[in-house]
Amino acid sequence: MAATDTDAQPIADAPHPARRILAMLWRDKFAFAAALFLLLMVFCALFGPMLLEDAATRQNLRGRNAPPFDFSKPWLFWLGGDALGRPLLARIVVAAQNTLMVAAGAVASSLLIGGALGLIAGYTARLASQVIMRLADVIMSFPSLLLAVIVLYMLEPAVGNLIIVLAITRIPVYLRTSRAEVLEVRERMFVQAAQVMGASTRRIVFRHILPVIFPTLITIATLDFAFVMLAESSLSFLGIGIQPPEITWGLMVAQGRPYLTTAWWLSFWPGLAIILTTLSLNLLSNWMRTALDPVQRWRLELPRSRK
Amino acid sequence: MKGFLGKRAIASAISLVGLIILVFFLSRLTGDPTDLYLPLDASQEARENFRNIHGLNDPLMVQFGRFVGDLARLDFGMSIRRAEPALDAVLRGFAWTLQLAAITMVLVTLLAIVIGSLAAFRVGGLFDRLATFFSLIGASAPDFWIAIVAIVLFSVNLGWVPTSGTGTPWHWILPIGVLFIRPFGLILQVVRGSMISTLSSAYIKTARAKGVKNRPIIFVHALRNAMLPVITVIGDQAAGLLNGAVVVESIFGFPGVGKLMIDSILQRDFAVVLAAIMVTALAIFVMNLLIDVLYAVLDPRIRY
Repeated sequence: MAATDTDAQPIADAPHPARRILAMLWRDKFAFAAALFLLLMVFCALFGPMLLEDAATRQNLRGRNAPPFDFSKPWLFWLGGDALGRPLLARIVVAAQNTLMVAAGAVASSLLIGGALGLIAGYTARLASQVIMRLADVIMSFPSLLLAVIVLYMLEPAVGNLIIVLAITRIPVYLRTSRAEVLEVRERMFVQAAQVMGASTRRIVFRHILPVIFPTLITIATLDFAFVMLAESSLSFLGIGIQPPEITWGLMVAQGRPYLTTAWWLSFWPGLAIILTTLSLNLLSNWMRTALDPVQRWRLELPRSRK
Repeated sequence: MKGFLGKRAIASAISLVGLIILVFFLSRLTGDPTDLYLPLDASQEARENFRNIHGLNDPLMVQFGRFVGDLARLDFGMSIRRAEPALDAVLRGFAWTLQLAAITMVLVTLLAIVIGSLAAFRVGGLFDRLATFFSLIGASAPDFWIAIVAIVLFSVNLGWVPTSGTGTPWHWILPIGVLFIRPFGLILQVVRGSMISTLSSAYIKTARAKGVKNRPIIFVHALRNAMLPVITVIGDQAAGLLNGAVVVESIFGFPGVGKLMIDSILQRDFAVVLAAIMVTALAIFVMNLLIDVLYAVLDPRIRY
């Protein structure tokens, strides 16, 4: 075993995993900026409502549709005011909570349920697999708008119910991915070896197969977070998502729509917040695809070549 | 091939039947259309009369039986709102959506393939970085926001194109432009990725060694193989457009099937909702079959 150590270069100790990830992130400047921006948004979502709730709901009719970039006003008004004179910057910060919470809740639950069902469908008998796949087909072709109207009509249009609607529509994505991956991974040698050595099904699925397909699922989840955010925004924009006085970015775009020709900033800034967040998620997901793939990872770890 | 087609048709039919049953019963949970269509002060008699005409007084199972019976005779029922057969309204809307989706997807496919292939040719070059950056932005943009910003910019301020409606070719520019952006960004990325891995395969190196020029290498040798994963994504995106681009269609007042669907859901016009679901599901099924055939044409190793 030790005979491999004949080359001149001694192998340095592996750096701490967190440091290694940070170093890989630093190598991709776009992904680094994206991660910073997302951290900022998470911070807004966690603490924004606590700090700015008051400012975001206080009406000031003299500042109706106040134009942006008026730096003589308090800093909260630098992005302008909305139709009731509430500062847009504060509202965007406060709305980050609902927007991100809905997306995070929906992605987490669909990842959990879809992933589990996919593991079952990929690893067990044909009948169960067939039933699950047909179910996924039904969900996929079920119009998500109708689902939203049904759920939000029977229950009430609250954040939790919106999460349910979006989670249901996204389950097939994880289900199909994890099933396809399981079908491939379970034919590999190490799984067969585990089977031969008598490992239980549960052990094979959770200890041998899950770790292999997990990076793929996480990468997809990052991308899907952006998609779910857009879906929630569309629902709120159409008026069948979150209802006022709760706010999300999509709802803010919708609320600004009547004033488009006179006060473009009402819709513009929340839309920009959506774009920047989804763009960051896309960039981060691109980076993850490389960083989590053992075959591609070297691209982020080798010292940069001089051209 | 025949066995494969049969299996696919059966699987799709099972899903469609499940879908129809689910939609039929779940949509009834969203409330009685009577309150929506009759004035608030309508008499009890008028309400009963309305319910009787539209068969809303029968037990749900009887209504379902009647629906299935009518369906067997290809009768999708009458639209409450429009007082015409539901299928007519749906087919009219679908014709609009089909045109919109077809034009958009042809443009998206052509441009994404050309630009994506050229970007993959010099990975990390200026053109590649620009293409990647703009495709990422495109893939992240919320279409409703792009739509209203485009209206303000091009219709209101510059006055180049009409804000909404149909009629002249000018009316089509904004909806197509807005629908174009997201699929273009997504497909471009897939083309680029697939092209990069194809260009590094052995047979391309052989062709290079034999002195084949760059352009034929990309568009003759590599493209055919690089297209396989691309086609899947194109299919997904096209299916999304066929389902009706609800948001874009309603912002631009475009009379497509997506707008019809959301209007019918909100107006509890169940017959139209069900007919729209069936028509679009059939269209998506046919398109998926075409894609499978295309796979086999592109890669002779694939046999079903």
